[in-house]
Amino acid sequence: MEVGHLSDRTKIFLLLLPAMFIIVVLFFGGLMIGLMRSFNYMPVIGLTEPDLSAYISVFTDREFYLSFLLTFHIAFTSTVISSILAIGAALLLRRSFVGRGIVNFLFQLNLTVPHLVGAIGMLYLFSQSGSFARLAHEFGMIARPSDFPALVFDPYAIGIILQYVWKEIPFIGVIVLANMQSIGEDYESVARSLGASKWQTFRYVLLPLIFPGVLSASVMVFAFTFGAYEIPAILGANFPAALPVLAYRKYTDVDLAARPEAMAMAIVIALLSAVMIYFYVRYSRRRIRG
Amino acid sequence: MSNAESIPMRSFRVLTGVVLITWLVLPLIPLAIWSFARGWFYPDLLPKTWTLRAWEYAMSDTAGVLDSLWLTIGISLAATVLSILVGVPAGRALGMYKFRGKEIVELMILAPTIVPGIAVVLGIHSVFISMGLNNTVWGVILVHLIPTLPYMVLVMSGIFANYDPAFEAQARSLGASPLKTFWYVTLPAIRPGIIVGGLFAFLVSWSQYILTLLIGGGRVETLPLLLFNFATAGRNDITGAIGMIYILPGIIILLLTAKHLSGRSGAVGGFGQI
Repeated sequence: MEVGHLSDRTKIFLLLLPAMFIIVVLFFGGLMIGLMRSFNYMPVIGLTEPDLSAYISVFTDREFYLSFLLTFHIAFTSTVISSILAIGAALLLRRSFVGRGIVNFLFQLNLTVPHLVGAIGMLYLFSQSGSFARLAHEFGMIARPSDFPALVFDPYAIGIILQYVWKEIPFIGVIVLANMQSIGEDYESVARSLGASKWQTFRYVLLPLIFPGVLSASVMVFAFTFGAYEIPAILGANFPAALPVLAYRKYTDVDLAARPEAMAMAIVIALLSAVMIYFYVRYSRRRIRG
Repeated sequence: MSNAESIPMRSFRVLTGVVLITWLVLPLIPLAIWSFARGWFYPDLLPKTWTLRAWEYAMSDTAGVLDSLWLTIGISLAATVLSILVGVPAGRALGMYKFRGKEIVELMILAPTIVPGIAVVLGIHSVFISMGLNNTVWGVILVHLIPTLPYMVLVMSGIFANYDPAFEAQARSLGASPLKTFWYVTLPAIRPGIIVGGLFAFLVSWSQYILTLLIGGGRVETLPLLLFNFATAGRNDITGAIGMIYILPGIIILLLTAKHLSGRSGAVGGFGQI
């Protein structure tokens, strides 16, 4: 790895070259091509006049707005609920107790379980003939499957949100827990000895300390839940569908003219994640400095 | 503090803890039961007949589940090895040196870990057509590098930030060749990082769905694609069996690496993408 007598600058360049090549070509190249095609601009295949027609048809389509709002609702609600519950879970797990090892293992278990498996599990739990509907029937609460509330394929995306909350509590929780452990309990002890209540200690001492960590984890969760395909594809309603599902449908439409519209939607998703990257960098830097 | 805790408070803690853990394990239970069930209809709480049929089907040579398993292992291994080969040098540059434009390089490597795959894969798909990479295993391995490589670079840059290059200089001054220095000095020091980073890069590739679906065009049928198809076709028993097979590597990797899994290590960030 040590490259002879090269200067540091050359060394850094050579070390970074292969990775940057792959990222620039595949990731940024993919984004650029998507951007160009969304403007109907592709000189290689003879499209030399960029236009806004794809964006016009996307932004004048009611389905797009419904889909955007639904996706935003899914991402926002899932992120807020998982963050709050993850902080609660971290508070619960930070102390030592009997059986902590096994509890920690179970807590981390679903970190490695892909979202797709979680989504199928949710389907089997919450559909109208699923485990909870069967339990409700057992206790005489419903007579028929259709009496059970629609929690999957529903307009409020409850099943999707349940899946994300299931999956993201441990993700944010593990990060917050590590945050709490590196902060220690000294600050809280001082606040308590100065007469602060438990709630005040949490609200004014611990929460501000862990907040940057929570926020940078939440930003990753928001971006993921906004752009994920397979979870809304399994658990979501047909109309309106989540934005990634809609983009995929447009892209694979038999009518090739719909492809630029799919690209335009992909660009909307990319722009939203660019905003998320801005927040992530801002708060993860602050976390490092703090 | 904990000694002063009242009994109701303590019971509340235990109760919420039990609810939390139950909730986290719960979705896997019907999946596991389905894999041993035969005609488990509403409103039966448990299957009337238990059977190994779904497992026999999944393990048979004709069903294609095993082919799909080997294919998925192969793709994830290839993506992991490539990510290690390319990611370790880049991690060294970012972890050990300060240079102009470093923040921009870091931002460019961070971006693919946050921007969803669907946002870039449509563009890639339209270029891969002309390169003949669509519907090929190589095309799929290449797009898997988008989530796995940045992740490997971030983990390795964390490892190299705490790495002392003085040992390399000593080995060199004692006459070791660059290759020997790397093999006997550098590699042993960074090996734990490579192993943990590599295992999680493997899992990140293992869990990819939309990238494989689009670039593989349905021809490259990895385990998650098969799982999705059986789930949407309503074959719950076979879905259950494939689902159990599919989560196994993750659980094994968790068992192997539990002690490395503190949220402080860069390794945890990768779980955002699994």
